[in-house]
Amino acid sequence: MFGKLSLSAIPYHDPITIGAVGGAVLLGLAIVGLVTYYGKWTYLYKEWLTGLDHKKIGIMYIIIAVIMLLRGFSDAILMRAQQAAATGGSLGFLSPDHFNQIFSAHGSIMIIFMAMPFMAGLMNIVVPQQIGSRDVAFPFLNSLSLWLTAAGAMLIMVSLGVGEFSKAGWSGYAPLTEMEYSPDVGVDYWIWAFQIAGVGSTLTGINFLVTIIKMRAPGMKLMRLPLFVWTSFCTMVLVVWAFPVLTAALVLLTLDRYIGMHFFTNTLGGNQMMYVNLFWTWAHPEVYILILPAFGIFSEVTATFSGKRLFGYTSMVWATGVITILSFAVWMHHFFTMGASPNVNLFFGIATMLIGIPTGVKTFNWLFTMYRGRIRFTTPMYWTLGAIVTFALGGTSGILLSLPSANYVLHNSLFVIGHFHNTIIPGAVFGFFAGYYYWFPKAVGFRLEESWGKRAFWCWLIGFLLAFVPLYVLGFMGMPRRMAFYATPAWHPYLLAAAAGVAVISLGILCQGIQLLISIKERRALDDRTGDPWDGRTLEWTTSSPPAVYNFATIPVVNDIDALTDMKEKGVAYRRPNQYNDIEMPKNAPHGLILGGLVFVFGFAMVWYIWWLAVLAALGMLFTVIARAMDDDIHYVIPAAEVERIENERYRQLAAVAT
Amino acid sequence: MMTTDAMTIGIAHAEEVEHPDTVAMQALGFWLYLMSDLIIFATLFATYAVLGNNYAGGPTGKELFELPYVLGETLLLLFSSVAYGLVMVGMHNGVKTRVLVGLAVTFLFGLGFVLMEINEFYHMVAAGHGPDVSAFLSSYFTLVGTHGTHVSFGLIWMAVMIGQVTVKGLTSPVQSRLMRLGMFWHFLDIVWIGIFSIVYLMGVM
Repeated sequence: MFGKLSLSAIPYHDPITIGAVGGAVLLGLAIVGLVTYYGKWTYLYKEWLTGLDHKKIGIMYIIIAVIMLLRGFSDAILMRAQQAAATGGSLGFLSPDHFNQIFSAHGSIMIIFMAMPFMAGLMNIVVPQQIGSRDVAFPFLNSLSLWLTAAGAMLIMVSLGVGEFSKAGWSGYAPLTEMEYSPDVGVDYWIWAFQIAGVGSTLTGINFLVTIIKMRAPGMKLMRLPLFVWTSFCTMVLVVWAFPVLTAALVLLTLDRYIGMHFFTNTLGGNQMMYVNLFWTWAHPEVYILILPAFGIFSEVTATFSGKRLFGYTSMVWATGVITILSFAVWMHHFFTMGASPNVNLFFGIATMLIGIPTGVKTFNWLFTMYRGRIRFTTPMYWTLGAIVTFALGGTSGILLSLPSANYVLHNSLFVIGHFHNTIIPGAVFGFFAGYYYWFPKAVGFRLEESWGKRAFWCWLIGFLLAFVPLYVLGFMGMPRRMAFYATPAWHPYLLAAAAGVAVISLGILCQGIQLLISIKERRALDDRTGDPWDGRTLEWTTSSPPAVYNFATIPVVNDIDALTDMKEKGVAYRRPNQYNDIEMPKNAPHGLILGGLVFVFGFAMVWYIWWLAVLAALGMLFTVIARAMDDDIHYVIPAAEVERIENERYRQLAAVAT
Repeated sequence: MMTTDAMTIGIAHAEEVEHPDTVAMQALGFWLYLMSDLIIFATLFATYAVLGNNYAGGPTGKELFELPYVLGETLLLLFSSVAYGLVMVGMHNGVKTRVLVGLAVTFLFGLGFVLMEINEFYHMVAAGHGPDVSAFLSSYFTLVGTHGTHVSFGLIWMAVMIGQVTVKGLTSPVQSRLMRLGMFWHFLDIVWIGIFSIVYLMGVM
């Protein structure tokens, strides 16, 4: 009746796990209790859960990202603590099985459920506004993507308390992930979480491509797009190209596990290297999917806070395009050691090195943007500067790894872990934080308090260096990755340093939490009443903070790069239009939320072999989709008079600030 | 949809453009989805290319595939696409009955294709040549089966469209959906041409 599921799936014998599950459940109950106490369920349902407003969807994505950041970071704390403790014959406090699940969850969560949603959230809030549009191309699909991501995240969270997670790493190599070696539900949780989130990401990719191609304001030619839009565009091209490969690879692994097929098994013709190639054909573009939007944020932030146009706009666009294309030509550098000929390794080594060139172009352009600018050292600028400097180190270690001969020594060592964290954390995570600080006032209506932001930055930067530079050294000393315990005392001091680094990063996260609470408390003082708290250069700063649901009462006309700066220089920013028109916006729809719930149930049922439930959930999904497709009355109209009222209020506020 | 008044053009505001062509956007979005689907199929073709000679002592394509049968499947699918052309012509001329007849014929031919394929799979499995026998058979069943699954979803969509055309008539959203279903159906045709060339024809040679 319940497939493989039974009460023994709950790991009640493991205190750490039960503690974590208990904590999470209590926190969830507390939140539910608070919402009930303040009577906000209707508000939550109408304004957020069933809403199709891209700005709100973006905020919900970021909330998911922050929650999953805390979960993934807890995994990091456990790993560093374990490796610091497991010396001199001690086995630490985590069994190898548990440790393996932790590093698998850590990577899976941070990449798919922290970085991707964070990026999707920022894009959702910003891109339509930057191109002068009222919404994305497919608002309902947008909502669906959000709830699919949430469903995948829920699956991973549930795996902590019901059953177990994969022990095969975030990369899930076969044949370890085949039934013969991983008969438990862990790999199935991993498969379904990735698969569900992957579909959500692919839909987002399609959505934003059509949005950017078709919904730009008049005059917003492609070569006048803000760099964040360009990088988002190239990122979405990568998403639509790469994610289907992951979808197919996971389907093949699923068929191996569920029906006994032989794609990647050891016997009867399976080929393990096929999995490796397919996985990395997706996973390499995936890391560029994570980094390109962050690069876009750096371009925005350096230009705004240097008070100067971005240096070398055209070369920036071309560099982004080159990175996009090259990212498909390098995947083999993840497995130089796995038996390809020297010539094949040589090709991929050279292609990998080539990617350093457009990245260098971008880095130097940010520096030249700042050169001779009047730099304002705001929190977003801190994060950007820290990122540019530290990311350069990570990129360099990547160039070292791109030499096949060096890679033979360093493959699967902590040097690799050092390298990719050195690119992902200063590159993507600092970039997303910079974007979070930069666009927070636009999304929410008040700024984040600056001093706590800077404290957070220093803790993160110092903590990051302390946590990861020792890993480079350990890599050279020969320490492999994913080790639960070890017998080489010489490694211990570096692992202690790394553990200290994680402690400093947690102070940084604490600062960010304090900052958020204080900013909410002080929000009147931190109010953004003009909608342009930073003297911005791009169109999103013309709307109010937070914007009206329709963003722009009248669609602006664009004449140059940095459209808002151009308007300010010509004295035509904030011109009142002659008249207002009715505005059509999408109605709320619960189908995205319902589908997300059904997909979660489907995934859970498939993990536990509860076939009747999986079939029911699938039928439910089909009927929900058909129900949505039958509904052609999906818009509502905001009358011109209402638009005028909202806009008059905005102009009144602008005038009050000006005096 | 609301009217758009041309406004006096100033620098700060423009003639109303808040209705980019919805149908064109839906077509572009669907086209991008089809391209992502094409990559899934490309991955399955690549897998078939790599694993397709791993017979593990089991049967080869030459022993299993019956070309006349496959020709029958192919004719059904191709003619179903021709029938869909009738749907589009009827739609452009606003003739509801022609659209419904076209959809019904497309549906029947498509259903015939799927039933023939299920029959083919059933006999192979019953004879002990299922997808769990070798990597070659795994990749064959998956590639051909994924195509068949897509066709089946297309049939469900087609049934829904027969319902929509009957109940709502040839409204703009209905026409947009019919156009996208057509794109989907012809896309599956093209993938099938790839399949019978690479899997069946090359397998038998």
